[in-house]
Amino acid sequence: MIYLDHNASSPLRPEVLQGMIPYFGERYGNPSSVHAAGRACRQGVDEARRRLAEQLAVHESQIIFTSGGTEANNLALYGQAARHLFQGHILLSAVEHPSVLQCAERLRRHGIELGRIPVDSAGVVQLDELQAQLRSNTILVAVMQANNETGVVQPVEAIARICRLRGIPLLCDAVQSFAKMEIPFNDWQLSLLSLSAHKFGGPKGIGALVVDKPLAVEPLLSGGGQERGRRSGTENVPGIVGFALAAALAGAERPQRVRQWQEWQKQCEQRLQEAIPEIQIAGQAAERLANTTALLIPGVHGETLVMSLDLEGIAISSGSACASGRSRPSSVLLEMGFDPELATSMVRISMGWNTTEEEMERFTESLIKGIKRLLHW
Amino acid sequence: MAYNDKVLDHYENPRNVGSLDKNDPSVGTGMVGAPACGDVMKLQIRVDEQGIIADAKFKTFGCGSAIASSSLVTEWLKGKNLDEALAIKNQQIADELALPPVKIHCSVLAEDAIKTAISDYRSKQK
Amino acid sequence: MKKPIYMDYQATTPMDPRVLAEMLPWFVEKFGNPASRSHAYGWEAEQAVEKARTQVATLLNADPREIVFTSGATESNNLAIQGVARFYQDKGRHIITPVTEHKAVLDTCRNLEAEGFTVTYLPVKEDGLVDLQQLAEAITAETILVSVMAGNNEIGVVQPLEEIGRLCRQKKVLFHCDAAQGVGKIALDVEAMQIDLLSISGHKIYGPKGVGALYVRRRPRVRLKPIIHGGGHERGMRSGTLPTPLLVGLGSACALAGEEMQAENQRLLSLRQRLLDGILSRLTHVHVNGSLQHRLAGNLNLSFGFVEGESMMMAIKDVAVSSGSACTSASLEPSYVLRALGVSEEQAHTSIRFGLGRFTTIEEIDFTANLVVEAVNRLREMSPLWEMVQDGIDIASIQWASHH
Repeated sequence: MIYLDHNASSPLRPEVLQGMIPYFGERYGNPSSVHAAGRACRQGVDEARRRLAEQLAVHESQIIFTSGGTEANNLALYGQAARHLFQGHILLSAVEHPSVLQCAERLRRHGIELGRIPVDSAGVVQLDELQAQLRSNTILVAVMQANNETGVVQPVEAIARICRLRGIPLLCDAVQSFAKMEIPFNDWQLSLLSLSAHKFGGPKGIGALVVDKPLAVEPLLSGGGQERGRRSGTENVPGIVGFALAAALAGAERPQRVRQWQEWQKQCEQRLQEAIPEIQIAGQAAERLANTTALLIPGVHGETLVMSLDLEGIAISSGSACASGRSRPSSVLLEMGFDPELATSMVRISMGWNTTEEEMERFTESLIKGIKRLLHW
Repeated sequence: MAYNDKVLDHYENPRNVGSLDKNDPSVGTGMVGAPACGDVMKLQIRVDEQGIIADAKFKTFGCGSAIASSSLVTEWLKGKNLDEALAIKNQQIADELALPPVKIHCSVLAEDAIKTAISDYRSKQK
Repeated sequence: MKKPIYMDYQATTPMDPRVLAEMLPWFVEKFGNPASRSHAYGWEAEQAVEKARTQVATLLNADPREIVFTSGATESNNLAIQGVARFYQDKGRHIITPVTEHKAVLDTCRNLEAEGFTVTYLPVKEDGLVDLQQLAEAITAETILVSVMAGNNEIGVVQPLEEIGRLCRQKKVLFHCDAAQGVGKIALDVEAMQIDLLSISGHKIYGPKGVGALYVRRRPRVRLKPIIHGGGHERGMRSGTLPTPLLVGLGSACALAGEEMQAENQRLLSLRQRLLDGILSRLTHVHVNGSLQHRLAGNLNLSFGFVEGESMMMAIKDVAVSSGSACTSASLEPSYVLRALGVSEEQAHTSIRFGLGRFTTIEEIDFTANLVVEAVNRLREMSPLWEMVQDGIDIASIQWASHH
């Protein structure tokens, strides 16, 4: 079994589960309760928040725990739009995650004006386009740090500088890039940052929105007033504890892992392009996440290739997992200017915390064989 | 409700719980607070011929901090003259018990109780 | 007997070890994303999710396709109320909900008022129950939604859901039920009760935190505007990667509750009676808040006259309970639920909620009753109000100086 679909979901690390287990067992209180059982849980939440804040070099009050990256993105967009009474202009990169694109689309029906910043053929947001599209009534810019399908990294630091000069908050969706890249929230002066635990060895069902201190956020969910009134609902205590644990582990291991991924990525891609020269790599000209490779293989149907590899016990993906069984070409690839026909040949390889060199070698050979079989070589 | 040890100590071993005869001319009684607010404090002092507080008793309906605040002041009051007693400020009580901000009103109530008890005693002396 | 004794089952419940056992394999070995349709990891996760969906539906006599998974009852309540309001706003902009609902319902309604909706906050009777006549009169041509909880989180009062459902159907108004405290504790049947939307919480039924569900009726079809967009999971009603282990836990918790509810309720009722008898036989001036007859078996809410709730909690600190006293909240306001029943502020300050549940034992009940009696006697000895009552003074006749 070789699992190379970490961008869809990474397996929970056993040591993270171990850290969560007490909160599924004896530490079962409600953090809002004042008795000892409640306080033990509150402590778990506080400690996790403190450690995560330390890792991100932000204040604890800047972290809002959510049910995941999708909710974090929705909270960021809705929270800003509502604060401006659904008036104003939001600018998004054309390759944002569906949770950003679709939420923004909904806000448009509330009265928000939308603008899309195109990407170049390498998948990178074009800064001059961004500059040109900023308006006096722009209330938010949203650009992801790295794309989930192609791994292409956006010039977030430069974008943040532009936004800062204009006094416009920037939402950076770091769901895929966290633990794979540096995210200097303060140095870059980001306004909003979305995170999701299950993309780097933490549990599913937990994420966070990191918020710049002076920025007010209108809540998406109202009720008991948890998370300083910005996200109601009984805290997912084991999830929060697991999130912080996984983040700490991933953070500590990052330099070494990234170095390995880079090496294996290079080897795999070289080998593939040697064996099958027609293969293209989406965003090859751009800086990409070291763990992600999106391949385009003329003449192959991506979905079919993925299925045939699955029979051999190899899990990769033919696109984003969010698109629930769709077989349409990836909109990210279309935005990059790929031909729709070619785009349907896309398969995505994404490494994670437990990927080994040996697995990558075996996988590469199986992939080459699989492609050759489909191309009737 | 994560109280510090001093509050817990006063709560678990309250000093000077009880009542003095409120009709005794040497006794001053202060009853402050209201049931609807969740705290009622009754503080009583007995003043000797030298004008020194010889005894102090309390009864309190209220949270742990309210009970601890009143218990603490009964200890502090004994042996003080009335001017010294009036000099006790709520901040001292709050500091001594390390009360969190939401519990500061308990120390305010205790200071009020001292003032009311002394003024009751003084009115009896006229 | 292990101490402290947990008697706060309405705040949250410990996970049932059987639930955790079901969940564990889905954390590490079976970790696929249920939306990954092209490899086995995704398929098996999807199957597990669908099994959980069926388990939740079965408990409510619903169809699995009517279950939308969420992050918890707060989200479910927000989704139901905001979602219906925004979808049906052209039909009408009036919502009715009792004043004793959970904050997740009340605050959501308040936010909608800011958007131009009108909300009737329905008073309740002294026993905490909704007056059906009053509800019927509150419904107008503008009304699109009635939201009434199954069981109240503070006083455990169970509302007449079937009658409310019938009334709503008659008047062609949607009926949402916040059943965070009802699921698995009372028999809920969305068909018999004509419920259109129903909120479920995992951690109130011995399942995990961070997961819940919303039942959304298909026939006649109820439509919603989603709150969380992107990816189109849950038929577009709620996007976001499905947390397979949590859903497996929720499903398993529902299945267990369904199997054991009847026997468990009998057991809890007898334990509750034992607790009540143990207290009432030895203390005077104890008042039961809310109807004892229409009530979750695991809830008892008592006011102990002249004893402030938080000091009571400290005195019985070996038993984890909660209080309606302001002193246990940040707001300095005593419980709005008790106030809505016409309970005086003073009495609200003296209330204690005992929440009994699956792991409560008879020994714990007896220990608690003894501890409560001891504590109340001790605190009354310390209470100036109790002294006045003993002296025959009517406390109500006194002009109290300050109100803070």
